[in-house]
Amino acid sequence: MELFKPTINIDFIGKIKWALLFSLALMVLSGLSLLVKGGPRYGLDFEGGTLVQVKFSADVDIGAVRDAVSSLNIEDVSVQEFGEKGAHEFIIGMKKTTEGLEGLSDKVRETMQNRFGADSFEIRRVEMVGPKVGADLRKKGVLAILFSLVGMLIYIWWRFELRFGVGAVLCLFHDVTITVGALSVFNKPIDLIIIASLLTIIGYSINDTIVVCDRIRENLKKMSHKSLPEIINVSINQTFSRTILTNLTVVMVLFSLYFLGGEVIHDFAFSLLVGCFFGTYSTVYIAGPLVIYWEKVFPAKRRR
Amino acid sequence: MDKSLKWRFLLLVVVVAVSGFYLIPSFVKLPSWWEATFPSEKISLGLDLQGGMHLMLEVETEKALSNTIDRMVSDLNDLLFNERIPVDKIERAGSDKLTLELLNTSYQDKLNKLLKDRFPNLDKLRYDEKEGIALYTLGLRTDDKEYLKRFAVDQGLETIRNRIDEFGVSEPTIQKQGNDRILIQLPGIKDFKRALDLIGKTALLEFKVVNDEYDVNKALAGEMPADSEVLYSKRENRETGETTRQPFLVKKSTALTGEHLQTARVSFDQFNEPYVAIGFDTLGAKLFERITRENVKRRLAIILDNNVYSAPVIRERIAGGRASIEGRFTTEEARDLAIVLRAGSLPAPVKILEQRIVGPSLGQDSIRQGIQSCLIGGAAVFIFMAIYYLLSGLIATAALFLNIVIILAALAAFGASLTLPGIAGIVLTIGMAVDANVLIFERIREELRAGKTPRASVEAGYSRAMSAILDSNITTIISALFLFQFGTGPIKGFAVTLTIGLTASLFTAVVCTRIVYDYFLSRRRIKKLSI
Repeated sequence: MELFKPTINIDFIGKIKWALLFSLALMVLSGLSLLVKGGPRYGLDFEGGTLVQVKFSADVDIGAVRDAVSSLNIEDVSVQEFGEKGAHEFIIGMKKTTEGLEGLSDKVRETMQNRFGADSFEIRRVEMVGPKVGADLRKKGVLAILFSLVGMLIYIWWRFELRFGVGAVLCLFHDVTITVGALSVFNKPIDLIIIASLLTIIGYSINDTIVVCDRIRENLKKMSHKSLPEIINVSINQTFSRTILTNLTVVMVLFSLYFLGGEVIHDFAFSLLVGCFFGTYSTVYIAGPLVIYWEKVFPAKRRR
Repeated sequence: MDKSLKWRFLLLVVVVAVSGFYLIPSFVKLPSWWEATFPSEKISLGLDLQGGMHLMLEVETEKALSNTIDRMVSDLNDLLFNERIPVDKIERAGSDKLTLELLNTSYQDKLNKLLKDRFPNLDKLRYDEKEGIALYTLGLRTDDKEYLKRFAVDQGLETIRNRIDEFGVSEPTIQKQGNDRILIQLPGIKDFKRALDLIGKTALLEFKVVNDEYDVNKALAGEMPADSEVLYSKRENRETGETTRQPFLVKKSTALTGEHLQTARVSFDQFNEPYVAIGFDTLGAKLFERITRENVKRRLAIILDNNVYSAPVIRERIAGGRASIEGRFTTEEARDLAIVLRAGSLPAPVKILEQRIVGPSLGQDSIRQGIQSCLIGGAAVFIFMAIYYLLSGLIATAALFLNIVIILAALAAFGASLTLPGIAGIVLTIGMAVDANVLIFERIREELRAGKTPRASVEAGYSRAMSAILDSNITTIISALFLFQFGTGPIKGFAVTLTIGLTASLFTAVVCTRIVYDYFLSRRRIKKLSI
């Protein structure tokens, strides 16, 4: 079976301007969303706070839970339904944290016990992240992303040429920005597992770009009579079916994770789906053109 | 078969055998002779799958310093009083300094000598003279401060370890993190509150004489005798949940601390009410005897972390160093108190910086969802590969299956735990590892179209795709390594499974699938590849 004819010859390079415009628009949109919402929305890991996940054995109105929680007189409390419909599960989020042994979660438990009876619910999860740890984790998250970007640049620089490396890392920047923008637009909080997804996007998206660059390098030797834009276009076409296919298998497992993996994995899969989609797009439309622009500004002295 | 094929086949057999070897204990109950001779480690589940508690504590090391200074202030008071040096206002200043006033400067030499001999780790930081009064500011030395802080953390860790050991948790993790943090992971525990109380309690046991010469209420109203303080006894009514507080006026100076405690165990009185029977060591017993002798008819308050547990009247001198702590406990509370007392007090109090609790039912749900998404995602990829690449697709899926087996076996062999993000990593590996085969197969198809024979196409497909496969796997692994370095807890599990999976894919997707092709292509004259 074949999804794409071997003779496929799409003029990718001809649409450089449109592609760059589209990408720029998306990146501006991402920036705007972040700007309007006052930066990315941090999750519990980075912001600090307390979270209590309660599951009731019978149907309970969210209003009743809110009512019970509000009797605690804690500022900034939110109650949300969680999980599938009919799970009678709620997340109670608080900005406050406690350092003492008698934590906020105990107070929530007591209030629930008084209101609904001790046997009618189960505390399934408690997470309390103090401000110090939150700041630490935030720092670590940023460092992990920066280090892996630099790591990618160095690796590609070593394996290929600087012009490929810069293009590839700009692609990554593009993919990550748009993913963070999408998370912001859909109001998804950024926490540790999202950082894990961003790092995976960085590692995976470059993978596609490398395959194309590898082909460009191979064709540079073979087709010395052709111009650089032509060679790049041929290379993208030759690898096109592979680019789409591998992403297809990844998207398949990601959909499986998105729908079946449970609440915690849900946002993780969402972020990866967005990242993979734009990673594929940037491989095809952005990586090649960037090499061409780089070549225009800094012409290579010799062609390998 | 040519020679290299033989070796590669042997390698495959060895890898499969070793993986199976490490995996068996996780799935099958093995006889004891097996477990005694061969690895019997099961794949351990992370806290998020097994349920349990993760705690990050910070030791308040400053408090360890101020405790030391407090002790020095009290020792200095005694010493200078006995040596008849006219001093006043010996007080702690900040957490690591103390000040004192020497009322007659002619005693300066004597005081300096005493300080030098008896308190060698105090530095004279400042000296002012005003109207015949010398004002000393003394402080701890920097290296002493460092030592005290480090000791507070190390000793605290040791104490917490003892408490947890006695409480009985299987495979707890208790580690020092950074300078003043302690990481604790208790997999599988269910009574979170009890465990937390047990771990976090400072458990400073003190005996202080009750000052019955003054009225407590007067003291509370402001007429506090200089040598006394008010402490409370907090009691919770078990039926109504109300707490009552009863004030006690006690002497500030501590008569005896839990430092000299040797034993602590739960006993029951004639009404079958539990209490904690304690016994002192030789020195403690002597001190206890002296206190009880000097304070007959007075009350002795037994105080734990500034909470008065009981204050019985001393009827007579008590020799032998035995006492009991009563406090209307449940048996469980009494047992925990005994554990805490036996393990000793924390040298400095701890704060909770981070706490994560996962109930067992949530862990079960996560496992179910993880396995489900793994099966469905895997099935989708398998079916797609089989339809798209026919028999070659089946070879690739067999390689994927082997890959998962290797990941699980590696987890068991290295003792790394499987977490929910870890499962996501395995699912993702299924999607990504197949990339290597797609690269190879697409290349083989290209070569076939160019008119090469099946054998030459396979040859070219593998060798030409190799550099791209290496590059793409290495970049993802670089990211995963940084994630492992900076990530915490369950997230590390994701980095681990992804790294193992991608590394293994170099073997399964490249080496193993090639064995199949080489075998068939060398034995038969195959005209057409099923690809």
